[in-house]
Amino acid sequence: MPEYVHNHGPCEQSVTIHRMRSWSVRNARWLEVVYGGFELVLRTINPVFRLIGYKRLDKLFVAVEKIIKVSLFDSQSCGQCILSVTGMSCPMNCPKKIRNGPCGGVHVDGTCEVDPHMPCVWVLAWEGNKRLRVDEYPIQIVQPPVDHRLLGTSAWMHMLQRETQPISSQTTANNEV
Amino acid sequence: MRFDDEPLVSGEHLPIRSDHDSRGRLERVLRAGVFAVTAELAPPDSSYPEEVYNRAAMFDGHVDAINATDGSGANCHMSSVAMCALLTRRGYSMVMQISARDRNRIAIQGDVLGAAALGVCNILCLTGDGVEVGDHPEAKPVFDLDCMSMLNMVRGMRDDGQFLSGRKLTSPPELFLGAAANPFGPPLDYRPHRLAKKVAAGAEFVQTQYCFDLEKFRNYMSAVRDLGVHEKVYILAGVGPLASARSAEWIRTNVPGVHIPDNIIRRLQGADKQNEEGVNICIDMINELKEIEGVHGVHIMAYRQEHRVVEIVERSNVLEGRELWHPGVARDEEPALS
Repeated sequence: MPEYVHNHGPCEQSVTIHRMRSWSVRNARWLEVVYGGFELVLRTINPVFRLIGYKRLDKLFVAVEKIIKVSLFDSQSCGQCILSVTGMSCPMNCPKKIRNGPCGGVHVDGTCEVDPHMPCVWVLAWEGNKRLRVDEYPIQIVQPPVDHRLLGTSAWMHMLQRETQPISSQTTANNEV
Repeated sequence: MRFDDEPLVSGEHLPIRSDHDSRGRLERVLRAGVFAVTAELAPPDSSYPEEVYNRAAMFDGHVDAINATDGSGANCHMSSVAMCALLTRRGYSMVMQISARDRNRIAIQGDVLGAAALGVCNILCLTGDGVEVGDHPEAKPVFDLDCMSMLNMVRGMRDDGQFLSGRKLTSPPELFLGAAANPFGPPLDYRPHRLAKKVAAGAEFVQTQYCFDLEKFRNYMSAVRDLGVHEKVYILAGVGPLASARSAEWIRTNVPGVHIPDNIIRRLQGADKQNEEGVNICIDMINELKEIEGVHGVHIMAYRQEHRVVEIVERSNVLEGRELWHPGVARDEEPALS
């Protein structure tokens, strides 16, 4: 194995990213509340979006969503966002792309099996979940596999489009944030 | 061990019961409330079937089912589907492990149908180790599914008779579905909930990671019982012999997810024959685990020490006098269990 692949410490940039991920998880409760309000606004003005045409707005939506989610959650823009289920920890940062909870390989100190310099995405997700709800943990919802056609698209756009489409043509993505 | 509806030809599958999902012996044994014993067998680095038969024969008469690992530790071996096919046709009860690391949903669903057609009755869904820890770290990690979505998918194939796409199957697979569980990995307080989620996704039995820390495992099981999950899933606790203190140290540093407490390492260090002490520890663990409410069996993982499994089973008396069938033995002389 080439030396440059392993045996390197975390670079400054990744330390900042990991701090940011921890921050969004610690603040999961109010971030969820804020998002709830934001979603309501989006849904309210949805008829306007529909009038303009979703196709025309697509690039704008992708750009805005990316700026907000990447800066707050280090989102990987899967287009089928489940941040509200994962305590605001983006599951696509898991090297195994697990969307259903921590694997068995998490190190004792809570770091990732594959990248020991990174806190496990799902250890963070559980922390976030404990802050979200008291009665039922949304992390317990079994998530369907990723729809690879949606990668890089806007999850918000899909949510708004679904509102105006019959159920039969809906995609599998749920729980948009 | 015989059931009252044994087929006339030894080694053939049992008739399926209305409340069962498979024709396999493992499901029968567990649903009958018997304390089950399973063991793990890594497929060989070979294309010669005799190597598979010889490996399986090491467990003859001592285990209820054999797990065929699927590229465990992200290392390349014969495929689990091939090993299961070879051994199932000899009458062995196989648990086919499927890792999400190497194949996408199209390949996995094809393998599930193929395996069921070849006689495999038990499938265990795993996410799998990262490619980085294996012998091909430059390989592409697939992870199209995870263990949970895979369980859900295979259950859909069985219960709804359809692919993930919704396309109908002409004949659904009859399968007993399993998963793995690691009670010792962070976040510890989530692990019992994670087991509940696996059950919700379709797991009917789970085999755990090596149990060397009884206190932690008892805490885990107590939380599992509080959630009522032990009544919905058969839990087989993972055990195995450690070869030496040095190898135990190596395992806990290098094998993801294995937790070996210091007192176990000290016990090995203090022994004259560390190899023997490893077996003794394993037997002690089995005897302790047997007494924990909600533990329905043990799963012995004796990597590179497979020859010691018979000794472990015999000395721990975990079978409690049960005589298990293996190829070459007629079933009709044993008392039947309904």
